[in-house]
Amino acid sequence: MIKLADLYQQFRNPDTIRALSNRINQLASDIDADINIMEVCGGHTHTIMKYGLNQLLPSNIKFIHGPGCPVCIMPKERIDHAATLAQLPDVILLTLGDMIRVPGSKGNLAKFRSQGADIRPLYDPMDAITIAQENPDKTVIFFAIGFETSTPMTAVLIDQAEKLHIDNLLFHINHVLVPPAIDAVMADTQSKVNAFIGPAHVSVISGAKIYRPAVEQYNTPIVVSGFEPVDVMESILRIVQQKHEDKAELDVQYSRAVSEDGNLAAQAIINQYLTVKDSFRWRGLGPIPNSALRLKDEFKHRDAEVIFKTQLPTEEIDDHKACQCGDILRGLSNPPDCKVFGRGCTPDNPLGSCMVSSEGACNAYYRYAGVSHANPKK
Amino acid sequence: MPIQKNDQVQLSHGGGGKEMNTLINDLFFKAFSNPILESQEDAAQLQLSGATAFTTDSFTVDPLFFAGGNIGKLAIAGTVNDLAMMGAIPEYLSCSFIIEEGFAIQDLQTIVNSMAEEMQYSGAHIVCGDTKVVPKGCADGIFINTSGVGKIIKQNISVNNLVADDVIIVSRDIGRHGAAILMARDSLSLESELTSDCATLWPIVEQLIAANIDIHAMRDATRGGLSAVLNEWATASNVGIDVDEKNIPVSSEVQGLCELYGFEPFDLANEGTFIIALPRSAADKALEVMTQYCQCDQAAVIGYVTDEHNGKVVLNTPWGSSRYLDLPQGELLPRIC
Repeated sequence: MIKLADLYQQFRNPDTIRALSNRINQLASDIDADINIMEVCGGHTHTIMKYGLNQLLPSNIKFIHGPGCPVCIMPKERIDHAATLAQLPDVILLTLGDMIRVPGSKGNLAKFRSQGADIRPLYDPMDAITIAQENPDKTVIFFAIGFETSTPMTAVLIDQAEKLHIDNLLFHINHVLVPPAIDAVMADTQSKVNAFIGPAHVSVISGAKIYRPAVEQYNTPIVVSGFEPVDVMESILRIVQQKHEDKAELDVQYSRAVSEDGNLAAQAIINQYLTVKDSFRWRGLGPIPNSALRLKDEFKHRDAEVIFKTQLPTEEIDDHKACQCGDILRGLSNPPDCKVFGRGCTPDNPLGSCMVSSEGACNAYYRYAGVSHANPKK
Repeated sequence: MPIQKNDQVQLSHGGGGKEMNTLINDLFFKAFSNPILESQEDAAQLQLSGATAFTTDSFTVDPLFFAGGNIGKLAIAGTVNDLAMMGAIPEYLSCSFIIEEGFAIQDLQTIVNSMAEEMQYSGAHIVCGDTKVVPKGCADGIFINTSGVGKIIKQNISVNNLVADDVIIVSRDIGRHGAAILMARDSLSLESELTSDCATLWPIVEQLIAANIDIHAMRDATRGGLSAVLNEWATASNVGIDVDEKNIPVSSEVQGLCELYGFEPFDLANEGTFIIALPRSAADKALEVMTQYCQCDQAAVIGYVTDEHNGKVVLNTPWGSSRYLDLPQGELLPRIC
């Protein structure tokens, strides 16, 4: 049997990481211009900051942290929806991980839970089925979040609820899509991004093909990367190689998991139950057309947004004025540029969502980056 | 009527009458017997002299039974370890149970037996106690509080005592208790041979003291794990601490769980793992003493104290970068994708 340690240690091998760093430094020294890489996905931001990879790179390689953190892009009014639903009589609200901590306009879900609302973070979305079956006299609402990665799990849940006739399981869908977010970033005339590290697990589901239009339209390299430090360093090398040869191509470094077409079975079940929504307001980025999913009309009997329409608040709520999450998500600022970073806004008391999730850029900087800011090592 | 194995705890078992006496006599006195407890006075009489350590802790673990221990073992080891970490001999304990109506007597018996067994490792005795039974739904099975007192035989062990050039030693691989508890929760259907590190540390500490090791600071890395201890020390002593990731022992099972759920082994709780800060010159001897004990064969120097970046803990990676090792924050929630 292969030992787990042997598996992941290969992707964290110090010699490999150093060799990749040397090669990147060598090649990048021939390039005059800055290489501004947006890692779209918060998972990559986390890898870069946690493993200190930015400290191993030359000064003309800069990271611009992208909007790919499902918690970070959730606008306050959607959290308010969750809070409102959770406070309705006989409702159990289910959601994933960090969502519990994201501040809405009247506090986060942890606060409403402490005040008596039945809010449960799930480890496995399929637990929603059991909870709904065990509580037939309650309405169980799954507050579904995430990019293409976690959408199939929601689709399977809907499928199971339909097939098993679990009528008390409803859904509040907040699934968002990566390509429209890339378009929104690039549509900004101030954007400095000239290369992308493409998401890992999103691409496992959707396939690398979803990035082809962006590569052509913006004439920029996109390298789909795994989440381990060696993956990210190799992807950076591949970007630098493309820049060196003046190319702009789609490349898949994470080829052990990502194919051109992706997981067709997952895509099929998503298409069976969900469809693209006209518009979704992203925290920091504003409304982006065709950037999120909703339940198809024939499943509106499971759509909490339809069923509780009259109770749900409709007002759009912006972040605190001092919070620069919007600029950070668009790649126009880095966390330390924000006046409230580490002062008024900390993981204990986040003003903006980028400070909440471990995948958020501000949170990653706050947790890990003090060292590289204080005394950069090269 | 004597207590039956298949009974459940009733509200009357906490009522102060006959049923309560039966529970106390049949279960608690049998397991915990010692002259001070059996004197049944309103308070235990203790003969103390000199500097004495005094500590208390409440235990509310879910699930109550886990691989490598249960709430009873934890309630003894936890309090005894707090005394040991102050260089004190664990001597006298108090023990309060808050039991939910309907709790199985058989489970209570198992818990009480574990407590009695665990006390043998330190020689501590339960000398006073209390039992309350609350209506169903008002507690989660059983809660236990233990307090402990003990004579300090090694002075000046303190969070304030770290100085530059001290080295940091960890007694064994980290994160086992936190990982075992996560693994045992119903919502994670994982299988593994992982067991909690839950253990009484006094026998090892006693040997370190006997060997006259100059211990500056010593703490068991319970909730908050290694990160919490190192950060507390860095703040309290106003020093910096540098640790090398490659030297920190982590088992494959714990690492695997962390990989799956996006946790860090540094943040996971331990219940039988401790950290020592001591002068560099004392490190070899301390390691020699520690590795003689079966649970410490992985003891290792993981870092050192510095007068740079005061108040902060820096983790150095094997490839030459570094980052802050911060205090864990909020609930441990699994990553989303």
